[in-house]
Amino acid sequence: MYEILNENDLCTYYELNQHPGSQQLQQKRKNKFAYLDKEEVVSQLIAFADDQQVHVTFSVPQMHCSSCLWLLEHLGSLQKGILTARVNFVQKEVFVVYDKNQTTLREVVETMSAIGYEPYLSMSAGKRRKPKNYSRITQISIAGFCFANIMMLSLPEYFSVSNYLQEKTGTAFRYIGLVLALPVFFYCSREFFANAYSSIKTKYLNIDTSIALAILLTFVRSLYNLFVLDGNTYFDSMSGIVFFMLVGRWAQDRTQQSLVFDRDYKSFFPIAVNVKRNESVEAALIGDLKEKDIIEVYDQEIIPADAVLAKGKAVIDYSFVTGESIPRQIEPGSLIYAGGKQLGERIELMVLKKSDQGYLTNLWNKEGRSNTDNRKLLHRISNYFTLIVFALTFASALFWLIKGEYNTMWNALTTTLIVACPCALLLASTFTNGNVMRILSRSGLYLKNADIITNMARIKHIVLDKTGTITLNKNFNVSYKGKPLTDYEKRLVASLSRHSTHPLSKAIYGHLKMKQLVAVDSFSNLPGKGIEGWIDDHHIKTGSREFVQPASANENPSNTSRVFIWIDGIVPGVFELENVYRPGLTTMLQSIRKKFNLSILSGDNNAEYDRLANMTGPGTDIFFNQSPEDKYNYVTQLQTSGTEVLMAGDGLNDAGALRKSDVGIAVMEGNNSFTPASDGIISAAAFTSLDEMLTFSRNAARVITISFVVSVLYNIIGLYFALQGLLAPVIAAILMPASTISIVLITFLMSEWYGRRLKRLKR
Amino acid sequence: MTFMSIIIITAIASLLIAGVFLAALIWSIRDGQYDDDFAPPNRILFDDPKKTNNK
Repeated sequence: MYEILNENDLCTYYELNQHPGSQQLQQKRKNKFAYLDKEEVVSQLIAFADDQQVHVTFSVPQMHCSSCLWLLEHLGSLQKGILTARVNFVQKEVFVVYDKNQTTLREVVETMSAIGYEPYLSMSAGKRRKPKNYSRITQISIAGFCFANIMMLSLPEYFSVSNYLQEKTGTAFRYIGLVLALPVFFYCSREFFANAYSSIKTKYLNIDTSIALAILLTFVRSLYNLFVLDGNTYFDSMSGIVFFMLVGRWAQDRTQQSLVFDRDYKSFFPIAVNVKRNESVEAALIGDLKEKDIIEVYDQEIIPADAVLAKGKAVIDYSFVTGESIPRQIEPGSLIYAGGKQLGERIELMVLKKSDQGYLTNLWNKEGRSNTDNRKLLHRISNYFTLIVFALTFASALFWLIKGEYNTMWNALTTTLIVACPCALLLASTFTNGNVMRILSRSGLYLKNADIITNMARIKHIVLDKTGTITLNKNFNVSYKGKPLTDYEKRLVASLSRHSTHPLSKAIYGHLKMKQLVAVDSFSNLPGKGIEGWIDDHHIKTGSREFVQPASANENPSNTSRVFIWIDGIVPGVFELENVYRPGLTTMLQSIRKKFNLSILSGDNNAEYDRLANMTGPGTDIFFNQSPEDKYNYVTQLQTSGTEVLMAGDGLNDAGALRKSDVGIAVMEGNNSFTPASDGIISAAAFTSLDEMLTFSRNAARVITISFVVSVLYNIIGLYFALQGLLAPVIAAILMPASTISIVLITFLMSEWYGRRLKRLKR
Repeated sequence: MTFMSIIIITAIASLLIAGVFLAALIWSIRDGQYDDDFAPPNRILFDDPKKTNNK
């Protein structure tokens, strides 16, 4: 038992140690599974039950290592009555058999929760066994078997010494070959014939049309040879074609799957939230969140994981998830789903389920428009390609027919159809973009989807926001001017500022260092203007001068950001925060100027003009006092004059402009909010590499072009031999997946090479 | 029929036997035995729980 606890500690060390003072939560959870005592609930969750045994499969997404595997499979030692526990690691499920006379479902679930593997129970989970599709792997097995055996039986044809073996056994072996070829033709090649048929119906020819034709021709030719001419058969070539094509498809699918997998689980989604650990607050990436973590979520922030409301007034807008724009008020202790947006004050949530950044990425992609133009172009290219190949094939067949060389004609016919491969056209961009996304995300830029890369390559004009984008969000020097604030007033301002994620509010909150805060009765955030709220029957506002005191006299410009305070109708004074620019900004701006047009927009006053103009050099537009609408209009105006615009901002008050621009990048420093309006998120530490990333995306387009060229060369060389009838069909069948693999390798190596200059981000 | 034609019978026989193995392979794939490729290799490395006599 000691060893089990030891293993237990190893794996759940971090989870158990985080909350020494969480007795209260333990108490609440004791009754959490009371509903599992009900018979109707149990019967919906289990797979099988009789007098003694009950079978149930639990989904346990938390398992991630072999210790988890060990622990879960030894559930029987922890809970009496559990007879078997078997883990399917890939599906993250555990299949449990327990004796209903010795234990109950509730006890099993409570035991699992106690060791840190609370199962994700959902009423529909028991019924969702969708049958897995094994047809392709079955087809590959049969095709491989038949191919190898037919080839073996064709040895007499290849190696007959003075036709001795051939005479004795030839015909019989050929007929056996036919028998073996039948399942390959009728079962294993189904997908090619089905796709070819549908492509003819839609009049969009694709590569399957040529392959299907090649298979058909080889088969028919062999039949003709066998029954009419009693000559050589080519069933081995036909089954070879089918086998290698299927293997190539399988390899393609796996690579694409692993690219997607990479994105979901391993790539860097640079959104962090504040997590309360013991008494202190730390920033943690949402991918590192664990169950039972207490996180802080502010106004306008997206909830990163399914969680329970622990503290604060939650009003959640689920428009990101469901499209429903009416926000809902949530009771404390209730579940809030990932993807919802908090409106209002700062709330604390307890994480229920490890966040799934793939889920958030999917929601993100639902938001914007998608770029299907590229795909349509590819379809058209593949259509013409196939037509040209057909033309060439039949032309050469005619040529050899006229010359009277039947053998060569058949060879030319079938091998041309196989060798001509538009694969690179279809695959090159997919693989290259997948690689580019991977390289960019390890350098700190996380893109919504692969189509953004082509947009990035076309950018001509860059627009940068000032506050939070080119200035640091931290390290503000804060000073106060005006009538000194009383402690109580300071407390009011700090309590209000705490709920805002604007860097200026956070800086003021940090500067005031108030310990006891007052609960806020209402809080609202007006982007570009300020925040206001009611505390203890006092009306407080902080923000720009126009917001706080409309129609006031023109202020003297200063080189600081100013936040005015307004309490119950009086403006006691103003906080001045000095701008600190990011290190390396000047070099970055200079190098941007060399290749792009640059503009800087700021919501602040124009005191910074000289400093910025020095940094950027002449010819850069710098505008101040920009409202969110002004920024949006500026971007629109640039676009109507015919240029592609990239905008980088912090997403707080430029969401509209980000969405309008061709590429909108949100700059994340630490735990800022996730902006669905953006096309990509860049980590603040990586911001100064933005111009290099744009250059990289242009190079990516070059990589795709080069792989096209390589593929065309391959086709030309292959066709040169095939049209002359010099290529054996089996060799052609091997060459095709080989070319696919080589294109994959080329795109991978080239994109790595171009990306070598991008620094990897230390996480 | 010459004496060499026995090879036809042996070829057919071996194909049939091999076919049985192919059927077994396909059956095991469809039964889902290859779905999880992480657990089985790790499972064989677990130690059996030692019987502790200290009470």
